[in-house]
Amino acid sequence: MSVKLSVKNLKLRRSGRDILDIEQFILNRGDVLAVVGPNGAGKSSLLQILAFLIEPDTGVIMLDGESVVNGNRLAARRKLAMVFQEALLLDTTVQKNIEIPLRIRGASRQEAAARSQEWMHRLGINRLSGQRARNLSGGESQRTSIARALAMKPEILLMDEPFSALDYPTRKSLLLEMGDILHASGMTTVFVTHDFSEIPALTRQVVVLYNGRVIKRGDIHEILGESAVSVKSWAPWDDADSA
Amino acid sequence: MTIFLDGFQSAFNLLVSLDPDVLSITWRTIHVSTVATFISVLIGIPIGTALALTRFQGRGLLVSLINFGMGLPPVVVGLATWLMLTRYGPLGMLGLLYTPTAMILAQAVIASPIVAGFSLAAIQSVNPKLLLQIKSLGTTQFQYLMLLLWEARLGILSAIIAGFGGVISEVGASMMVGGNIRGYTRVLTTATVLEVSKGKFELATALSIILLVLTFIIVSLLSYLQQRKAGH
Repeated sequence: MSVKLSVKNLKLRRSGRDILDIEQFILNRGDVLAVVGPNGAGKSSLLQILAFLIEPDTGVIMLDGESVVNGNRLAARRKLAMVFQEALLLDTTVQKNIEIPLRIRGASRQEAAARSQEWMHRLGINRLSGQRARNLSGGESQRTSIARALAMKPEILLMDEPFSALDYPTRKSLLLEMGDILHASGMTTVFVTHDFSEIPALTRQVVVLYNGRVIKRGDIHEILGESAVSVKSWAPWDDADSA
Repeated sequence: MTIFLDGFQSAFNLLVSLDPDVLSITWRTIHVSTVATFISVLIGIPIGTALALTRFQGRGLLVSLINFGMGLPPVVVGLATWLMLTRYGPLGMLGLLYTPTAMILAQAVIASPIVAGFSLAAIQSVNPKLLLQIKSLGTTQFQYLMLLLWEARLGILSAIIAGFGGVISEVGASMMVGGNIRGYTRVLTTATVLEVSKGKFELATALSIILLVLTFIIVSLLSYLQQRKAGH
């Protein structure tokens, strides 16, 4: 597998405290990686650094074998999409929320409209296309946010606890849909979660962050043991595999 | 009470009869205040935006100065502008004193801190996480600012309304740098003061009523725009 994104000797300090101190972090093309760890472990900061939204104090980040510096940061950012815990939509319609980033990234009006239609349909929100974002429910907002990210066809998808604010049925259906989409597209993905039960629906690969350091990386069963097995029912393909 | 009723009657008569003096004063009031507000928008919004988005040494002092500027007494601004524009002042060679341009300059000085202060508050009220999300969409700096201003547009329109309200109602600065010259620099506020000093209370009331109606119409238009954007 080829390396898509790598980080070396990354350090991030804020208010005299080490937030991140990572010697090496590699993300291969097509990897779907869950990042877990306690509050304050640096998970969200790591994601924001990987999305080139904040700059570390030291360290080198390579994307497709090229070091990302000031000159190519915008181009690098345009290869990624980020979904936050809150939906964080623009104060406009659902369709415009999906189209605007596409236009920003150079898609024609027709292409943006077609892609937004496709992803609204796939995420089951096409009936909401003309609705203003502020009138949506939590689940609808997060579906819009995910549709916006996926419509951008990012080379890397970064998600920061995207399901945590949702109620159980919405969370479960969205997780399963995301699992399908990621498996079908082979999109390189990093997602942060507090809820171990979400992981098997999307991946088997887990990284554990603690006090800003990567302390473990490996298969979900290796790292989380029985707690991962107990939630297999989240992921239908796991059952199919074992059948 | 009679003065008010007579004032209403006079205002109505003056408008219906299309009194050339009153029409010219009204038009000049709209022109001076609108241009001054436009200039203050060009100055105030970038300053408010820059202060909201950046952190540097002395920023706190600048924010305090903006907030202080929001309450600047118009007569003091008028005096400062007069000193700048008077024949022996630093800008005296421009020959602008006692012209509508001088009034526009003074009013822009009054409105700019108001627009900057309100814009600063409007932009600071946008969810900081949304700013990160906008950045993550792959925006250039210009696209980032445009989306940010879109998100803060209700507050920005409030800034424009407040700026306009501040200048259309001021009298001290206009009087000082405009000179209240009939047919040239006389506006509704300065004309009202003049008519009161002459004891013509009916005409003064009529002019005040025209000023109130004019302000109401323009502010209502801006408010309509604001609330339409808010989706109400």
